[in-house]
Amino acid sequence: MTTASPARTAQRGVRRLGDRVFSGTAVGAGIVILLLLAAVALFLITQSIPAFTVDPEDVSILRGQSFVEYVGPLVFGTIWAALLALIVAAPLAIGIALFISHYAPRRIASVIGYVIDLLAAVPSVVYGLWGATTFAPIVRPFYVWLNENLGWFPLFAGDVSATGRTILTASLVLAVMILPIMTAICREVFLQAPRLHEEAALALGATRWEMIRMAVLPFARGGMVSAAMLALGRALGETMAVTMVLSVSGVISVELLTSTNPTTIPANIALSFPEAYGEGVNVLIATGLILFLVTFAVNALARYIVNRRSAFSGAN
Amino acid sequence: MTATTTATTAHVNSLTTGQLPKWAPWAILLGSWVLVGGVFALMNTGGDPGDFNVGGTMFLGTVLFVVLLTVFSTVAENRRKAMDRLVTALVVSAFVVVLIPLASLLYTVLINGLTRFDAEFFSSSMRNVIGEGGGAVHAVWGTLLITLGATVISVPIGLMTSIYLVEYGRGRLAKAITFLVDVMTGIPSIVAGLFASAVFVAFFEPGIRMGIAGSVALSVLMIPVVVRSSEEMLRLVPNELREASYALGVPKWLTIMKVVLPTSIAGITTGVTLAISRVIGETAPLLLTAGITQGLNTNLFSGQMTTLPVFVYTQYRSPGMYPDEAIARAWAGALTLILIVMVLNLVARLVAKIFAPKLGR
Repeated sequence: MTTASPARTAQRGVRRLGDRVFSGTAVGAGIVILLLLAAVALFLITQSIPAFTVDPEDVSILRGQSFVEYVGPLVFGTIWAALLALIVAAPLAIGIALFISHYAPRRIASVIGYVIDLLAAVPSVVYGLWGATTFAPIVRPFYVWLNENLGWFPLFAGDVSATGRTILTASLVLAVMILPIMTAICREVFLQAPRLHEEAALALGATRWEMIRMAVLPFARGGMVSAAMLALGRALGETMAVTMVLSVSGVISVELLTSTNPTTIPANIALSFPEAYGEGVNVLIATGLILFLVTFAVNALARYIVNRRSAFSGAN
Repeated sequence: MTATTTATTAHVNSLTTGQLPKWAPWAILLGSWVLVGGVFALMNTGGDPGDFNVGGTMFLGTVLFVVLLTVFSTVAENRRKAMDRLVTALVVSAFVVVLIPLASLLYTVLINGLTRFDAEFFSSSMRNVIGEGGGAVHAVWGTLLITLGATVISVPIGLMTSIYLVEYGRGRLAKAITFLVDVMTGIPSIVAGLFASAVFVAFFEPGIRMGIAGSVALSVLMIPVVVRSSEEMLRLVPNELREASYALGVPKWLTIMKVVLPTSIAGITTGVTLAISRVIGETAPLLLTAGITQGLNTNLFSGQMTTLPVFVYTQYRSPGMYPDEAIARAWAGALTLILIVMVLNLVARLVAKIFAPKLGR
């Protein structure tokens, strides 16, 4: 294509200096990313090894517990808070995504999309400040009511916290924070549902909900699951909202409304790291490694589901 | 048959019989609010009118509305339509429910932030300030410098990686990079902070805190965002443009520099701006790497630096002897932060709109 003369085709193998430099830089940048991630993994692993071997009596942060005893409540708290947030956020996110994709008039839909992006743009420290000083007092009367009327149920048992800064408040703030990402992905998936299926359903006399149930939701199931998992990954790693909203005692407890709350790994690191020294730092890095592995697993699973769906869906 | 019925009773439209009129849902909504409000008002009789339970009225009224609408629709229409109306009501209320926290958040930040959003806040640091006064000039500088550092590190790496993925990437390496960029988007911010902190401790002494460590932590979070958005933009450049350039004998690297990048530069700028606006609000990694200071420090490579999010956090967490003053400063910092993020988002949108390439018509 480049030339017709056979004498010149032999030169095709020769590459210009500029080309070599440029492609070399591009490959180099890609390899930097590989190295960066390898470095993250390497540093986290080597720095956390001392935490497993150290004598618990020597590290002030462990307070004489073994590492496993120390990290157990943290892992519980992290997963518990993230799951609560997901349970609250998932139905809302799916509802809003449906509203944007199939209910709202198009002009309003784009405005709503902007509003949801706005939620995503607010920094987490602002959510934390708002959650601790404004939101917690607002929801406290509701907690008192729950405790009085449904106190027999283990989740709502115990003495209601005087400040309202409980694990439930933290999870609700987390839920608001993970809503945008979940809404955005669900909306994309809903919009990709085959238009002809939708129109066929409507033409056969289906109501709007029946159309959504039969043509949109089955198509979007994989996307919704992976959106939920990506949101879960976000909630697992979120630090500031939990650090600022929760009053921490580091126990395993499923009571949502009391002032003795489990804490999460990121919140614990943020609170303890500035004062940590010696092996205490290694212990905290080891908890960070556990967090990294958990979020990695959740995210990888989510990506796997997304990729499988895009490979097999009929839309493309 | 139907035609004759409509002809005899002219005021009945056969298309709308067996349907609730259009105003019915609104009327039911208003009715249930008034009803529930009336019940609450009766329970509140003799009490202070200020105690009237507005939140409860709205909430229970809406629940009643959903129930009534479904029942009416079942009776007047049929079960399928009732189900449809139920879901519509639920979907719309989900949207309204989410608007409430957003409105509350913006309102609180604005009201509380404006009390200290003054000249002193932007002209003084926290050095030697105990009670009144004080400001965030050191935090604003810290935010700008650390974010600038992160941008300088992330944009070249991110942009070149996306060029590699789009223009050169074939085979295993490209697949591995794509996968790892996905993984990196999921790294919790605090883990990025731990990583940067561990790296700098390994090269310097334990407990080291400096601005550039914060930049490194932020670039771990920023690089994948830059790669993702630039990759998307580069893929949008039509292949015809590249082929036209090759056909003129232009080398590949010049084609990328002179044809592909200029075509997609608006989108890339937007992506970078959005990435900056994402990392500028990060708190946790900077808490571990850049540290906390009361005074102005403009040297990225020595001494602790405070950024705005960390400033907000420390004012809230350790308010000292005058908590009201500290909380007011925290709110003012939060307002500044939100304004910065909003401006960045706005700029990103404007850039995307104004400088968008005129492809097609």
